Amino acid sequence: MANSSCSDIKVLGAWPSPFVMRVRIALNIKSVKYEFLEETHSSKSQLLLQSNPVYKKIPVLIHGGKPICESLIIVQYIDEVWSSGPSILPSDPYDRAIERFWAAYVDDKIFPSMKLLNTAQGEEKTALVEQVTEGLVLLEEAFQKSSKGKAFFGGDRIGFLDIAFGSMLGWLRAIEKMGGVKLLDEAKTPGLVQWAESLCGDGAVEGIIPDTEKLVEFAKILVKMKGH
Amino acid sequence: MAEEVLLFGVWGSPFSRRVEMALKLKGIQYKYFEEELTNKSPTLLKYNPIHKKIPVLVHNGKPIAESQVILEYIDETWKDCPIFPKDPYERANARFWAKFIDEKCLPGIFNACWGEEKQHQNAVKEACEHLKHLENEIGEKKYFGGEAIGFVDIVANIIGYWLGLFEEASGTKLLTREEFPKLSNWADVFVSSCGIKENLPLARDKLIAYFRSRFGTGSTDASK
Repeated sequence: MANSSCSDIKVLGAWPSPFVMRVRIALNIKSVKYEFLEETHSSKSQLLLQSNPVYKKIPVLIHGGKPICESLIIVQYIDEVWSSGPSILPSDPYDRAIERFWAAYVDDKIFPSMKLLNTAQGEEKTALVEQVTEGLVLLEEAFQKSSKGKAFFGGDRIGFLDIAFGSMLGWLRAIEKMGGVKLLDEAKTPGLVQWAESLCGDGAVEGIIPDTEKLVEFAKILVKMKGH
Repeated sequence: MAEEVLLFGVWGSPFSRRVEMALKLKGIQYKYFEEELTNKSPTLLKYNPIHKKIPVLVHNGKPIAESQVILEYIDETWKDCPIFPKDPYERANARFWAKFIDEKCLPGIFNACWGEEKQHQNAVKEACEHLKHLENEIGEKKYFGGEAIGFVDIVANIIGYWLGLFEEASGTKLLTREEFPKLSNWADVFVSSCGIKENLPLARDKLIAYFRSRFGTGSTDASK
């Protein structure tokens, strides 16, 4: 792929969004420079509304004026366009299917439970903690199979599922802190605990996942805004 | 190497029919196993322990679940008659609409057909908004995939065929020709296309009866 100028590539996003983090990590893996346009929480820019008229949500990647929406779709697009850089999805179709399956699992099962856990109390909270933990145990098994003893789901380097799940780590930790619960557990998910450390120390991820404290503060503001 | 392709599905399910459509379009030989939703086989549960759902494709002993994941796998493994475009932007666009259909359209349709009575009008409005997006996307194209059936067309089998059944079962009409002439036209073309028409469950009455028994007789019916 020919060199594109930085202004050719824009990411519409917001710093707390794990979905936006996915796009930025993928661009970092490919060493692609981009312009980051921060959306404010209170109102959506004209550019966002024009670029994503269906969902009106971030992230949006704008490449050469053309918008691409939905984080995992954007990550696959990045992988296909900047094909000379390190691969994000594995080359074998079966391995690709497994990563896509688990990435969908993160979005359809783990993330929604995490979100609810944020404001849950009592019995509901206990049930949600169990749900998230069970999901993480399944991911632990997937990790053991997929990594084959290496640091990441993708092997030696961060791949698609690392990005899909890794982007959730900031919020996972924030929810643990706010809720006084343990989700990623040495006893139940030792591989993932180690994986989380490796992921957060990786060059492509550096500076992308916000500090737990910052996310906790943001969550408090959100709760106030929603009048809970 | 002898190739073994197994598919676990349910005759009336648009999700397993999608996989069959792709396999048939590409001329792939497979062995089909009909599952009962209320009595799932130990084999299915072994191959899909996470979701315990159909469809599951098993290729040379390796299982893949989730219809859209399976479709991508099929296209990447058997390169004849591609269902995905080559261009990365077009591919992203196809994935976007497929996701939209399953995550927004389908739940919206269900809500309109079988949701709470007092929310009925709003639910119908929302479902039609989703269909409007598809109406705009199909535009003047023959198929969502252009000149040939593609990934989005296959995923949109729900809109092309099953929506009519849901409408009849529930008494809620959504895809009207007046409001959605292009999408209605696409549906006509889709269900009469080679590779698709042979693969639709044609026992409409049986299906309508099934949907009524499973979901109720419509938004005016309190029981679901």
